Amino acid sequence: MSILVDKESRVVVQGVTGKEGSFHTKQMLEYGTKVVAGVTPGKAGQQVEGVPVYHTVADAVAEQGANVSIIFVPPAFAPDAIMEAAAAGIGVMACITEGLPTLDMVRVKHYLKGRSAVLIGPNCPGIITPGACKLGIMPGYIFQPGPIGVISRSGTLTYEVVDQISKQGLGQSTCLGIGGDPIIGLNFIDLLTLFAADPQTDGVVLIGEIGGTAEEEAAAFIKEHFPKPVVTFIAGQTAPPGRRMGHAGAIISGKSGTAQEKMAVLKAAGIRVVVDLTKVGEAVKELMG
Amino acid sequence: MKIHEYQAKALFAQYGIPIPQGRAASSPPEALEAAQALGPPPYVVKAQIHAGGRGQGGGVKVARTLDEFTSRVSEILGMTLVTHQTGPEGKKVLKVLIEEGVPIAQELYLGIVVDRARACPAIMASRSGGMDIEEVAEKTPHLIHREWIDPAVGFQAFQARNIIYRLGLPAALVKSGIALITQLVKLFEQLDCSLVEINPLVVTRDDRLMALDGKVNFDDNALFRHKEILELMDPSEQDPLELEANKYNLNYIRLNGNIGVMVNGAGLAMATMDLIKLYGGEPANFLDVGGGASAETIANGFRIILSDERVRAVLVNIFGGILRCDVLAEGLIEAARKVVLQVPLIIRLEGTNVDRGRELLNQSGLDFIVSPTMAEAAKKVGQLVQRN
Repeated sequence: MSILVDKESRVVVQGVTGKEGSFHTKQMLEYGTKVVAGVTPGKAGQQVEGVPVYHTVADAVAEQGANVSIIFVPPAFAPDAIMEAAAAGIGVMACITEGLPTLDMVRVKHYLKGRSAVLIGPNCPGIITPGACKLGIMPGYIFQPGPIGVISRSGTLTYEVVDQISKQGLGQSTCLGIGGDPIIGLNFIDLLTLFAADPQTDGVVLIGEIGGTAEEEAAAFIKEHFPKPVVTFIAGQTAPPGRRMGHAGAIISGKSGTAQEKMAVLKAAGIRVVVDLTKVGEAVKELMG
Repeated sequence: MKIHEYQAKALFAQYGIPIPQGRAASSPPEALEAAQALGPPPYVVKAQIHAGGRGQGGGVKVARTLDEFTSRVSEILGMTLVTHQTGPEGKKVLKVLIEEGVPIAQELYLGIVVDRARACPAIMASRSGGMDIEEVAEKTPHLIHREWIDPAVGFQAFQARNIIYRLGLPAALVKSGIALITQLVKLFEQLDCSLVEINPLVVTRDDRLMALDGKVNFDDNALFRHKEILELMDPSEQDPLELEANKYNLNYIRLNGNIGVMVNGAGLAMATMDLIKLYGGEPANFLDVGGGASAETIANGFRIILSDERVRAVLVNIFGGILRCDVLAEGLIEAARKVVLQVPLIIRLEGTNVDRGRELLNQSGLDFIVSPTMAEAAKKVGQLVQRN
C-alpha cells in the first residue's frame, strides 16, 4: 500500500515534448513508472521515448487509459493544463512548473472544488511511491520502499531528509512535495489524512518552512486526529522578514509565518521538532525504527 | 515586487480612487516647484522608500510655511531613514512626495491580500486607520472586518455595503465609499497584486474620502503579463548583487554575515543558512540556484557570491536531483578559473552523478575542501571564518 500513486498508475506527461518534459519522461520510465502517454497540443502522432503524444489529455485518457498526470507546461499555460487534466477525468495531478500567477491558482483551486481530481503542487518535485511509481523529478535512487511517509514544502530538502532516512536503514511508503507557492493543491492535513489510513505507513516526516500557517494547522490536526508518530523540521529559522526566500510562499509577513512560531506550536502539540537538519534521520529512527 | 507610495497613488488615480494633490521630487528645486503648483501651505513632505514606519522614523513632515517646507525638504531628501522595516542600516531617501495638507476628520484602514488558507483574496477594513494593521489584528481583532472574494462570481455589492456600514461613514459618503472599494478590488485583480493597502483612508473635514497613503505589492509570478508594472521598478531600492542575480534567474538575498552560501533549492538553502548559524557562523547571503541550474548559472552564482567583499569563506551545498553533480562541478570549475579564489571554498555534494562530480573537482587542481556531510561542512566553514 501507499498513497495516491502505485504500480497501477498510468501516467500522462503534459508538456512532454519540452526539454524538461522529455528528460523526465525518460527518467520516470527508467524508474519503472508506467508512462503511457504525453500531451502537447499540435503534436499528436509524435513519440517521446517511445511514448505516444496526443493533442489533448482527453485523448490520452481515451486511448491509453491514463489516470494520473504530471505537468511541465510553462507557467502562463499551466493553470489551464491543470484544469484540462481534471476535466478529462485524471485522478492525481502533479504540477512541477514553478511561477504560476497566484490569482490564476485561486481560480484553479475553485475549479477543482467538488471534483474528484486532486492536485499536488504547483512548484513541487512531485510524488514517489518507492519501487512502484515516480510521478516527479526526484532522484529515484535515494528512495527505498518502507514504512515512512514524507510530506514537504520543499524539493531538495526532501531529498536530503529521505537520504538520511534511507541511510538509517528505513524505507518510505510515499514521499511528496506539496509545493512552495502560497496557494497549492493538497495540503499537509489532506495528506496526513491519507497517511493515517495507509496500513503501510508507520510514521510521517513533515517538512515545513516559513510563511503562511500550514504547519500550525497541521499541528492542531495531528494532536486531535493523527495516530502515528510524526517528526517535523522547519526551514528558515534565520530568514529575514519581508523577503521571499526562493519559494513564492516562503515569506515572513510582519510577525507571522516565522519558523520559531511554527516550531513552538508544533512542540506545544506534543510533536517532535528537529532543530538541526542533519539529525532528522536519527529522530526518525528513534521514533519509528 | 514593491513600488513607491507616489507610484501606488498614481495607480489609485487611474482607477478613480481619490488621492491628495501632489507630485514626487528628487531635488529641492523640484520640490519647491511641486509645492508652488499646489498653492498655499500646509504641505506634507513624505520620504519615498520601500518600507513602512516612515512617519516614526522622521521621514514624513508637515510644513506650515514655505520656509519650513524648504528646511523639511532638505532634512528628508538625502537622509538615511531607519524604520522597523529597513533594518539598522536604513535606506537613503532619493525622492520625496510633496502633497497638499489635508484636514482629517477620521482615519480608516482598507486593505486586500490573498488569504492563503481560503485560497482567495480577502478585503480587510477597520476604523483604526493609521495604525499598524498587524497590531490591530493582534490586540483588537474584533475591530477588523473581513470579506472574501468568491473566485466564481467575484466581488459583490453587498460586500462593499457590509464594509462601508461597518466603517461608520457619514451617509453622504456611502455611495463614493462603495465605488472606492469596488475600484480597489478591480485594481487588485487586474494588476495581479499580492497586497493593496490604504492606511489611512481618511474622511476629510469637508466630507471627502481620500487615500492618504498607498501601498501596492505585485505578484512576481504574474509580472510577465504586466510589462507596464515592470517599468515602475526602482533599481535604487534593490541591492546591486540582487539585481545582478535577477538577470540570471538566481534567487539571491543579501544577509548580514560573512559566509557565502550557494545551494540548489529554496528549502535546502534556508536549512543550510539555519545550519551555519546553528554551528556558530553567519551567512552573508541566501542563494538558491534552482533545481535545474546549468553550468553557466552555477558559474554566475559563484561569481556573484565572490564579488561580495564581506565574504570570508564559501559553502556550496548541493543535493543533485535534476541538477546533476557533474554539471555543478563543471560550473564551479569554470567560474573558479576566471577569478582568483582568495577565500576557502567548502563543497558538499550529494545526489545524482555525485561520483563523477567529485572526480571532476579532484582533477581540476582547484583549491577547495570537500565535505562528506552537511554538518561537517557547516562546522568547518564556521571554524575557517573565525580563524581568518
